[in-house]
Amino acid sequence: MKLIVTYLIGLIFGVGISVSGMVNPAKVLNFFDLAGTWDPSLIFVMGGALVTTFFGYILVFGRAAPLYANNFSLPTSRDIDTKLVGGAALFGVGWGLSGFCPGGAIPALGTGNWHVFAFLAALIAGIFLAKFIQSVAAGRARAKI
Amino acid sequence: MTGTEFTPFASLAGGILIGVASTLLMLNLGRVMGATGILAGLIQPASGQEFGWRAALVAGMVSGPVVVWLATGDMPAVDVPVSTAALLIGGLIVGVGVTFGAGCTSGHGVCGMARLSPRSIVATLTFMVFTFATVFVVRHVIGA
Repeated sequence: MKLIVTYLIGLIFGVGISVSGMVNPAKVLNFFDLAGTWDPSLIFVMGGALVTTFFGYILVFGRAAPLYANNFSLPTSRDIDTKLVGGAALFGVGWGLSGFCPGGAIPALGTGNWHVFAFLAALIAGIFLAKFIQSVAAGRARAKI
Repeated sequence: MTGTEFTPFASLAGGILIGVASTLLMLNLGRVMGATGILAGLIQPASGQEFGWRAALVAGMVSGPVVVWLATGDMPAVDVPVSTAALLIGGLIVGVGVTFGAGCTSGHGVCGMARLSPRSIVATLTFMVFTFATVFVVRHVIGA
């Protein structure tokens, strides 16, 4: 039952990404092209998603626990550091180059467009590359101690 | 570059659906709807149980465009106005960036901002500024 519910939640997300236009790099890049072919649609996507989630979370966090888990798993890190800001900056550069973000690209797979598969393969390579860099850095930090 | 049609109503409706899905994931599983974390957990799952819900969620996401196609007769447009090199280099940089930055548009931009997390607000403002700057440089400095 839990997996069926989870599938349906993913489906709502995927339909939302599709209907909103976030699935389409041409539309996403035009939102960021203030000096050119600007398309403000993405303000409505972000605004609609943010306001709905804001009020939705207030209702959900009024409960003691989720329906299918013992507790809410929220990110615990509070640090605003170079890693966070540098990572976000890199993400912005990559998003600006490709027009795809992870949440737009995963549903876009369903269209069967080969560009999406190429982007996601490169994205997964990037995740492994970052994890490798992190493990090397962690090894060096341990060696110093 | 070719323009795209301004679609305030469809985009607002789609955004609300994204918000509904994010709320329902927190209500049911107590999890943040962050594409980065879901993808990272899928390719390197900590346990079978962690893999299952992520696989179901991704299967649902991928079904989204297909359901829209069945309902309307039109597959959602995916137009890629960049070179294959930009697509692949961009993808690699996105992968590195979201891993170090611990989130993307869905995780930081929607779920984290909705919780008023200072980390997510800083991350979202940072990547938005850098995306605007990158598109400006690509289209109006290099492309000019």
